[in-house]
Amino acid sequence: MNNLKVLLNGIVKENPTFVLLLGMCPTLGTTSSAINGMSMGLATMAVLICSNFVISCIKSLVPDMVRIPSYIVVIASLVTILQMVMQAYVPDLYATLGLFIPLIVVNCIILGRAEAFAAKNGPVPSIFDGIGIGLGFTIALTLLGGVRELLGTGKLFNVTLYSEDYGMLLFVLAPGAFIALGYLIAIVNKLRKA
Amino acid sequence: MANQLIVSLSPHVHNNDSVQKNMYGVILALVPALLVSFYMFGLGAVIVTLTSVVACLFFEWAITKFILKRERTTIMDGSAALTGLLLGFNLPSNLPIWIIIIGALVAIGIGKMTFGGLGCNPFNPALVGRIFLLISFPVQMTSWPVNGQWMSYTDAETAATPLSLMKQAVHGNVDALSQLPSSFDLFLGSNPGCIGEISSLALLLGLAYMLWKKIISWHIPVSILATVFVFSGLMHLANPVAYASPFAHLFTGGLMLGAIFMATDYVTSPMTHKGMVIYGVAIGFLTVVIRLFGAYPEGMSFAIFIMNAFTPLINTYCKPKRFGEVVKK
Amino acid sequence: MVIVLTVISVIAGGVLAYVNKITAGPIEQIKAETLNNALKSVLNAEQMPTVTATDTIDEWTIVYSTDNGTAVQAATDGFGGKLKVLVGFTADGAISGYSVLEHAETPGLGAKAGEWFQEGGKGCIVGKKPAEKELTVSKDGGDVDAITASTITSRAFLQAVNKAYKAYTGASIDGVGSATPQAAAEQKKCCGKCQGESGECKGDCQHDGTCKEGTCKGDGACRKEACGGEGSSEACARQANLND
Repeated sequence: MNNLKVLLNGIVKENPTFVLLLGMCPTLGTTSSAINGMSMGLATMAVLICSNFVISCIKSLVPDMVRIPSYIVVIASLVTILQMVMQAYVPDLYATLGLFIPLIVVNCIILGRAEAFAAKNGPVPSIFDGIGIGLGFTIALTLLGGVRELLGTGKLFNVTLYSEDYGMLLFVLAPGAFIALGYLIAIVNKLRKA
Repeated sequence: MANQLIVSLSPHVHNNDSVQKNMYGVILALVPALLVSFYMFGLGAVIVTLTSVVACLFFEWAITKFILKRERTTIMDGSAALTGLLLGFNLPSNLPIWIIIIGALVAIGIGKMTFGGLGCNPFNPALVGRIFLLISFPVQMTSWPVNGQWMSYTDAETAATPLSLMKQAVHGNVDALSQLPSSFDLFLGSNPGCIGEISSLALLLGLAYMLWKKIISWHIPVSILATVFVFSGLMHLANPVAYASPFAHLFTGGLMLGAIFMATDYVTSPMTHKGMVIYGVAIGFLTVVIRLFGAYPEGMSFAIFIMNAFTPLINTYCKPKRFGEVVKK
Repeated sequence: MVIVLTVISVIAGGVLAYVNKITAGPIEQIKAETLNNALKSVLNAEQMPTVTATDTIDEWTIVYSTDNGTAVQAATDGFGGKLKVLVGFTADGAISGYSVLEHAETPGLGAKAGEWFQEGGKGCIVGKKPAEKELTVSKDGGDVDAITASTITSRAFLQAVNKAYKAYTGASIDGVGSATPQAAAEQKKCCGKCQGESGECKGDCQHDGTCKEGTCKGDGACRKEACGGEGSSEACARQANLND
């Protein structure tokens, strides 16, 4: 029951993108299509679950003075493993996300959850927190990617809905990411208040 | 009742100036350029300007009524009509109607109403619309009809603008500059381009009217035009084959339209004269830099857009001295 | 404190080394496969071509000689960053296909380069011979249609293809399996204007410096106009004028 609450907390109440506004770099950089957004979200979620688990396991062994360096070493190793695995087994995805995979290391969400949740809770709730926050991030990125892909190219998940000639290119480019994210946050705020 | 005592906050001295009066003054100043565009582009210009104005008015009304749920709509103050007119002026005359409507929605919806309506927008709404369209629909936004095709709209024949010829010269095409029309033709406006930007003469008439009616001060337009003239002149002296003459720079593209009507927007330009000059010089400099070294042939709209973002900063550092303030040593 | 951090780092290093060991094989395999697939598509080959020799000219230009023809990788600066292409050439110097390996062009505009210049695309370059005429966009006087609203990308792309062609001709003159240097020099003896940039003879010229039968020398090139007797250059030129 409690774990379920932790899970939902990450998706709705503390959604990392729409509410906490964490991890903006991959959010804006990789969401040029729904699939890219979703892959980035899932990759981050994988790292987040592992890092939350490992950190909540070692939290009592690590002295306070070297807490942050130790966490970063753990996170960086996990990201590097993910990068090598992706390069070896899903090369197409790796080619699209390429640059942004190493940047997962400095994604505030991961260190933020390690500090705010995993360092204070046991391994099992930490895993659920990782799944919840990761899902929240994935949903947000997929939504943003979907909006940009639909408005920019007339496709959704690579399925053409209307001709590309009518697409507004700006939404595929960087400024479109900012505009679309702004309006999505506004809509989410409105819904949360209602 | 006549000698009832009225107590109110200062200022107590009023003239009969109003938002409405200034907006309609600017619209009146745009009439010469509008007439020239009708003469040059015929039916296309009429359709594009009309669609743009009507769509802007509609979105202003619809957003205040249904999304902001305000009691009074502001469509009669002339600002939406002016935005529509300026947006139309910044589009080629063969643009399909649906693109113009998207542009109007972006100009009013994203550029103005998102920030709270007139007076709250950091960027000139018409420019937001134009830049959005330019980046989103580069193919349609950069095909310019040849003038004199009165009865054609989207089927009009297109040609390269003087600015794209100038860009080709920078890229090493040595013949490009010799294909430029003479500066006098450019001044009168018989060359392809956006609807409202082609005739410098008509736009300067508008400037004279606005200065006479004291709708704007001379600082912004003059500092922009002077900076462009001097900077492009220096570049021309350095390499006349690659860089066009300063007169060609002054009379082509959206420079006149931008300097006179877009950069001087009250809401998005600095308030003090010193600030206006800084703002104008920076716009002129950025315009030439983008025209000569950037990816796009025209830099005016981007330059104004960038400096709009700097306006609050300029206002902070160019505050007028408070009355009675002691001079700091 | 120091010990804990050291232990964590050592464990992390060990795990990374282990994962690296497992994935190194598949990564290499995928890289080779990607290259082979690209080679196969640009050379229009039936089965996987085998690379017989690679010649790295500089950091960006690599010539792959295969049993099915030659493909060259070349790069230029595009609109958004490096534009890297792989171009395949048939034995007579025509483009058999190309593939954009790496680019940072604007999506929806310059990024169309991947399809635009393919066979059936609007600016098809497949089958063209850069030797006859250097590839340029129609705006610059060439005969390739640029991608709409992306002239800069199109220019960069064609420049990369031309670069690849130069590397290809450079490689086939002194490379394995083609003419010896002497033969190449012999080949260069064409009549007058007939000589192409890379030394081959165009049109009706022959390698020994004369024109094919039924044509004659005029203005330094071979003309189709029939002219009587031994085709001395003046006679031929006059004849050509009369025919006009």
